[in-house]
Formats: sequence, C-alpha cells, structure tokens
Amino acid sequence: MNADIAVSWSRRSGLSLAIFVAASLVVPVIASNYVVSTLIVLLFSAFLGQAWNLMMGYAGQLSLGHALYVGLGAYISGALFVQYGLTPWVGMLAGMAAAVVAGVVIAALSFQFGVSGVYFALLTIAFAEFARIAFNHFAWVGGSSGLFLPVLRLTGNDILHLRGSPTMFYYILLALTLTSLALSNLLLRRRIGFYWRAIREDQAAAQAAGVDVFRYKIAAVALSAAMTAIAGTLMAFYDNNLYPNTTFGISRSIDIIMAPIIGGLGTLFGPILGALVLTVLSEATTNLSANFGIDGLKQWIYGSTLLIIVMLQPAGLWPWLRARLRLDGADG
Amino acid sequence: MLTFVNVIVAGLLTGCVYGLMALGLSVIFGVIRIVNFAHGEMMAVGMYAVLILNQKLGLDPFVLMPLVALALFLAGYALQRYLINRYMARPEHEQFLMLIAVSIMLTSGMLIAFGPDARNIQVDYAYDSYELGGVLIDKVRMLAALGAVSGAAALWAFFHFTRIGKSIRACADNQVGAQVVGLDVKRLYAVTFGIGAGCVGASGGLLLLLVDVQPYIAADYTLLAFIIVIIGGLGSMPGALLGGVLVGVSEAVSGFLIVPSLKSLFSFGLLIIVLLVRPQGLLGRRA
Repeated sequence: MNADIAVSWSRRSGLSLAIFVAASLVVPVIASNYVVSTLIVLLFSAFLGQAWNLMMGYAGQLSLGHALYVGLGAYISGALFVQYGLTPWVGMLAGMAAAVVAGVVIAALSFQFGVSGVYFALLTIAFAEFARIAFNHFAWVGGSSGLFLPVLRLTGNDILHLRGSPTMFYYILLALTLTSLALSNLLLRRRIGFYWRAIREDQAAAQAAGVDVFRYKIAAVALSAAMTAIAGTLMAFYDNNLYPNTTFGISRSIDIIMAPIIGGLGTLFGPILGALVLTVLSEATTNLSANFGIDGLKQWIYGSTLLIIVMLQPAGLWPWLRARLRLDGADG
Repeated sequence: MLTFVNVIVAGLLTGCVYGLMALGLSVIFGVIRIVNFAHGEMMAVGMYAVLILNQKLGLDPFVLMPLVALALFLAGYALQRYLINRYMARPEHEQFLMLIAVSIMLTSGMLIAFGPDARNIQVDYAYDSYELGGVLIDKVRMLAALGAVSGAAALWAFFHFTRIGKSIRACADNQVGAQVVGLDVKRLYAVTFGIGAGCVGASGGLLLLLVDVQPYIAADYTLLAFIIVIIGGLGSMPGALLGGVLVGVSEAVSGFLIVPSLKSLFSFGLLIIVLLVRPQGLLGRRA
C-alpha cells in the first residue's frame, strides 16, 4: 500500500517476531489442555484468515464462500481415509486439487462474464450453499447424518495418518501459519504481489499498465483455495466428524473473513492479530455468560463487541497497533 | 395432475410473500447501495413481534401487520441514521462486517428473549380453504399473498405519487444530482432503509401464517432474499416480485417432485445461472 513494503525488517520488528515464535513453540510444554485446544482454534482461524487475506486483502476479490474450499479439503481427505484408509496427506492433495479446480472455475466464469464486487461475493455464497445442500444428499460421505473418522487409541502420535494428540495438531498448524506468513511476505515483495495490489487499487489502471489481470486474479484464487483446503483436511482429522451444514455453511465462511477484517485487511499480521482477538473474545464471552446460563448471551456480547471494534477501528486493529508499538518494516 | 396444480398455486402464493420480503432488500440496495446482510434477522424480528402481540392482545395478525411494519420502519430509520450512514463511504467488506455484527446481535437478542424453540401463531381460520374449479387454496396462504401484493402496491404508489417517494427515486438515479438540487440525501436514505425494514417486517408477519419462527431461521431467509433479488434484478421492484414468485413455485415444485430438503438447491442453481448469464437479473437494468 505504501513505500515501506520494500524496506527490510527493522531490528525491533525482527526481535518482536522472534519472541512471538519462541513463545509459540514452548506453549504446549507448559500450558494446560484447555489452553492448547484454544490455541488450536486460534491457529485455524489465523491460517484460514491468511488464506482469505491473499485473495481479498491483496488481490481485492471478495469471497464470502470460502467454506466451499474448507468443505472440499475436509470431505475429500476424510472420505478417502474412511473408505480406503488413504493417508490424509495424499487426501489433502486431492482436496487441494478439487478446491483449486472449483475456485478457478468459479473465478474464471465470473471474470469472463464480468461478475464482480457484490455480485461476485454473492456468487461465491451460491456455490458454497449449492455444495452444502448437495453434500447433504451425498450418501457416500454420510449425507446429512455426517461423516465420522474412526478414533484410534494410540500411545504415540501417528503423523502419517494424522491421528494423535492436540499438541501434534498445534505444531502442524503453527508450522503452517508461520509458513504462510513467510509465503505472504515473499509474494508481496515479488512482482505478483505488486500486481495484486495494483489490481486491488484500480483494476482498469492495472490492465492499462499491461498487467494480465485475469491471470493474476486466478492465481490469487487458486492459492487461497488450496491453502483453505489444507485447513479443511486438518479440521476433519482434528474434529473427527463432518456435517455438511457446519463444514460448508455460510457461518463458516463468515467466521473465516472476520479475523482478517478485524485484524486489518491486506496486512501480514492482521489475520493473526484478528484471530487472537476473536478467539480471546469468544472464550471470554463463553466463560462470562456461562455464569448466567442465558441462551444467546454469549453471541450477543460477541456481536456487540464486534460492532464496537468495527466502529472504532474500521480499517482493522493491526495498523493501529503497529503505530502504537512503533513497529515498522515489511507489511503491505 | 390436480395435485400438481395445487402445489403450483401454493408456491405462487407463498412466492408473493417472498416477493414483499425481497422488495425490502431490493429497495435498500437500489437506493443506498448497501447489501443488507441483516435482512432475514429483521424479518424474524417482525415475525416475533406479530406473534407476541397476537398472544398478548389477541389481535389478528393482519391488524398487527401495519403496526409492526411501522415499528420496523422506525427501527430501520434509526439504524440507517445513526449507524449505517457512517459507513456509506467505507469499503464493502466493512459494511458487510458491520451488518454481520448487527445480525449476530439481533439473532442472539431473539434467542435471549424468546428461546430456541420453534413457535407458530394460532388463528381460527388456519385450516379453512377455498375451492376453485377443483383446486384447493388455503385461506391463510391466500390472505398472506393478498397482504403482500397490497403492500407492494402501496409501495409502488408511494414511490410514484408522493414527493418524498419521487425524491428517493431521484437519489437512486443520481445521488450527486439529488444533492445538487438540495435534497437531504442522508434523511432520504434513512427513510429508504426504514421502508425496506418495514417491508420485510410486514412480510415476516405474513410468513408467520405459513411457517414456524425460531431465531436461527433468519440466516436462511437472508440468503433467500438475496437469491430472489438477484434473479429478479437488484434494485428492480417488479423484479423482486417476479423473483419471489419464481422461487416460491420452484421451491414448491421441487419439494413436491423430489425431496423438500433439496428445494433450495434449485434456487441456488437458478441464482448461479442468472448471475452468469444475466447478472443484472431478469428485469434489472445494466449498471
């Protein structure tokens, strides 16, 4: 967005990141199961947010149907494991391939037919909902009664089949989140990152300047869909149960986009900060409203806090926090 | 064959109520260019308002409907005046998140106030029906459709014959021009959002005669309203009614011929085709 993208990391920013990573690595050793499982929720949210942020935050394509890619990644790897015992790592590749194909077809159709903005967003919802209803009637994967992954009692962690303790999932997700942070950072400094932001700011101008708009938009969608499918596979093997209404549901899509918007759209750390804020908020409201035993109180506090954040910091919390902490350096 | 005609007629009548609901969304988008992601939630508020007032006061839902529409008009007016107006120049995703926050608060507010159970309204003419050449028509469905059509007609008259209605249309056609000639655009936007809210509130009162209400149905109806206005054409009033009727019939027929749970698959399929082939909708104008 501004010139400081090309500036290398300052020592202050680098040190902050190093402390953050070191702390994340030791947390499962010292923390309780509750903390680890909460952090897993946080990391899912951060990683999915990063994936969505690539497409919307950098390339400016508003998708409200990312649950479709979560669902494809989850259901394909889950079903291949349940039906054929196939390792989820291969299943994950199959899920990613399906998500990329779905994303590219949807995007290519819309860009070809000139569907953009709100209409594009509604089209992504339509495809996700279409898949949700179709999977509800797809008996091979359990239909609306759900798909259940066998839970094995193991002494150790079986990484090959993704059967193991929450700590194992924590480290896998942490590695993914850090990798995608590095990947986003890398892409932003490359030609493709500049092209994406040019398209986001003014597509007609980018096109006039000779950017192959169609190709770079498709690339953003494909990468975002593939990353989202990875999260879907991990979610399937962490939760061990899948229902179309939750996996493909619109509320999943909304959850995905909240963290990056709250944190700061189009920033590197926005999705992570947003995930942190929302996870803490969600846990705090759960604990708070548990004392009262009123249905809906949790969501009401959550919704009103969300509204306050959107009213006070509509551009997201990270740009504000970064100015407060006087961190500079690479952040688009 | 006659059963099939019955199904189509029922779908047609339900579709009129859908049309009024979608009309609210269409008016809001057509004038303010805001996609109201809390539309179904506002409808559920209307449904609960009619239900509770009916239980407390014993008044007929058709008597309560205008009152509830008025109350929602005021609420919608205030919402636009004090909240949404701040977001007019903000990017779409911020408007979206703000309305999602509003919808979460509405749904959870209803959950706190009324609990999670599905509830319905009891009227003494619930099982009456008319017979017309062998075709059976439920009285409630007939009345609900009539209510919806008269609501839409009143709205049409408002936009064409009153000064404020014409001003709102001027805003929709050319916002800058409207400001130049001295129209108070912010107030007109608030009136428009109020009208949209009133429409959806009224349609909620009518739909309550046909379906049960519970807080979580709201999201489904938000999506349904989107489908209808996209099919008919965002911002087009006749389009919203046509889209409503089409979706109503498509739901009824697919529910009857295949399975009820697949009925929205066809609606979403229809939506995808319309978006790709004719993104401005059946009766919409190209922007």
